[in-house]
Amino acid sequence: MDKTMHAIEVENLTKIYGKGETAVTAIADATFQVKPGELVAILGPSGSGKTTLLTSIGLINEPTHGKVVIDGTTVADEGWLPGIDLKRLRREKLGFIFQHHNLIPFLTALENVMVALEINNLPKNEAKNRATELLAALNLGHRLTNYPMALSGGEAQRVAIARALANKPKVILADEPTAALDTVNGKNVMALLKKLAVGNNSAILVVTHDHRMVEGFDRIFHVSDGRIADETNNLGEE
Amino acid sequence: MNLAIRDIRYNRGRFILTSIGLGLLLGVVISMGGIYRGLFADALAVLNFTKADIWVVQQDTNGPFAENSRIPEDIKYRIRAVPGVEEASPLSFQTIQIERLGKPFRFFLIGYDLNGFGGPPGIIAGRDIRQKHYEMVVAKAMKMEVGEKIHLGLHDYTVVGITGKVVSSGGDPAAYVSLADAQDIQFKKDNDAIRNDRERIGANLAGIQTLSPAQTKFLQQNITGITESTHTVNTVVARLAPGANLHEVQERISRWNHFRPLSVEEQTKILTKGMIEKARMQLGLFRIILLVISAVIISLIIYTSTIDKIKVIATLKLIGSQNRVIIGMILQQSLLMGIIAYGIGYLLIKLTYDKFPRRIVLEAFDLQALFVIVIAICTISSFVGIRKALKVEPAEALGG
Repeated sequence: MDKTMHAIEVENLTKIYGKGETAVTAIADATFQVKPGELVAILGPSGSGKTTLLTSIGLINEPTHGKVVIDGTTVADEGWLPGIDLKRLRREKLGFIFQHHNLIPFLTALENVMVALEINNLPKNEAKNRATELLAALNLGHRLTNYPMALSGGEAQRVAIARALANKPKVILADEPTAALDTVNGKNVMALLKKLAVGNNSAILVVTHDHRMVEGFDRIFHVSDGRIADETNNLGEE
Repeated sequence: MNLAIRDIRYNRGRFILTSIGLGLLLGVVISMGGIYRGLFADALAVLNFTKADIWVVQQDTNGPFAENSRIPEDIKYRIRAVPGVEEASPLSFQTIQIERLGKPFRFFLIGYDLNGFGGPPGIIAGRDIRQKHYEMVVAKAMKMEVGEKIHLGLHDYTVVGITGKVVSSGGDPAAYVSLADAQDIQFKKDNDAIRNDRERIGANLAGIQTLSPAQTKFLQQNITGITESTHTVNTVVARLAPGANLHEVQERISRWNHFRPLSVEEQTKILTKGMIEKARMQLGLFRIILLVISAVIISLIIYTSTIDKIKVIATLKLIGSQNRVIIGMILQQSLLMGIIAYGIGYLLIKLTYDKFPRRIVLEAFDLQALFVIVIAICTISSFVGIRKALKVEPAEALGG
């Protein structure tokens, strides 16, 4: 397979916390690829290492060993590559969705999306137009001037999705995006992510412990004790 | 997008209350500076308004503002005769405290020669003193009206004019009367005291065996003149002719016994270094303590505000925000708080300074210096928050 076709490439990714006798291997020898437009779930119980895997791919947590390539750019190979600008890569290539939406409380819905664009040096007017379009596309056109506190859980998570999509990232990483939502809202968010993965041609990697939320995902990695135990496709085939 | 302004807009109630609290503190700092300057202005008020070049006072004393100085009034004639002296005028000073409208009423009474100088510097209502007796001009701060009467010593005095901000070195408002009246108020005794003096001195004279009957009779006839003389003043001030040498005039007067000629510079030094130095140091120290308290408060506010925003900062970092965006947010908030608090403090004092019991002098240099200090404090204080913010890991945005 042509390597440039992959949005995410992970090869023998290992993360060890601590040293010597206190060393804990959070993730060991993870190897997989995710194509653009693919919706992948990392499923596993608490403490299985799924968030460590996500943060290593998200350029937050430095891998101890192994290689990470994001949209054709090698970012880690036995540690971060020297001179790599992690913040710029996070801005330009990655979008994040969090468990509790993590909207900035003192910014309106529109400003929460605009801030991601302005951080990426988009002029204010362009940022405003793009943010407005995105929010309207997510049925939040009537909520532009509302603060996060005035939004429902589902609405806040949709604003967070708009923020994650603002810079048209190649990879969207979602950490338990439905954990704070009820089942209906959770399923709606997952359906929206699937739609966006296809529509934007972005690879979406979702960490979750809830089996009910991964219906329709292209692939599911089951993580247990720091290892990818197995992989299933959307048909449940191993 | 200015995150600092957005945060302030969202949390405006907390920000305004914090700024008001800090503003009140800075208002106290500004007023302390004003009182500090006011002490100077008050201490030098009479000295400056008199516009004299030399203050002749009693030998071995520091003059009427520092201690008792008594010299005969007629020394003015000798001083006027000194080459280089253009005019000389006697002055009398005394602090008076009486009861008025049921409250203690304290002021600084200045007696001056109506034909000389050293009188009220400017009349803002009524007129100057024209009659030799029973008229007075009072400072505005005494809150008296033209035509009001006040009883001093043995007589009533009528307020004929109001002058501006003349105060003693202790901050008491000044009142002016003619020198003769001031001497009467200070030295003239009531009838009982005069009779008592006559009898006591007469009895003493009668007991002196060495006096002849004629001498005793002469002295007894002149007891009134001896015991009732009021021709004493506290200082004689002199103005020099153009081109006259101050040191030569001082040197000439110094040669006489019993007198000390002080230049304005020497008087200023006595007043500022000797009399108000401790008060100035106290105020200066108090200002420094208040500024340190302000710095600690600003640091705490900024630190607490940063702690409140840990998740926001982590999220910003996670979505790739540059450090300058986060530093800017904290620094701008700190500076805005300092500037608004300074503005509140300044306005507060500007609107109320003339209502303070002591004079407050707001000098542009002091205000500018304090503004620079406040900005420096805010900048330094924000480092505490910035340091904390820069240590926040993007990973803190994840999880509950």
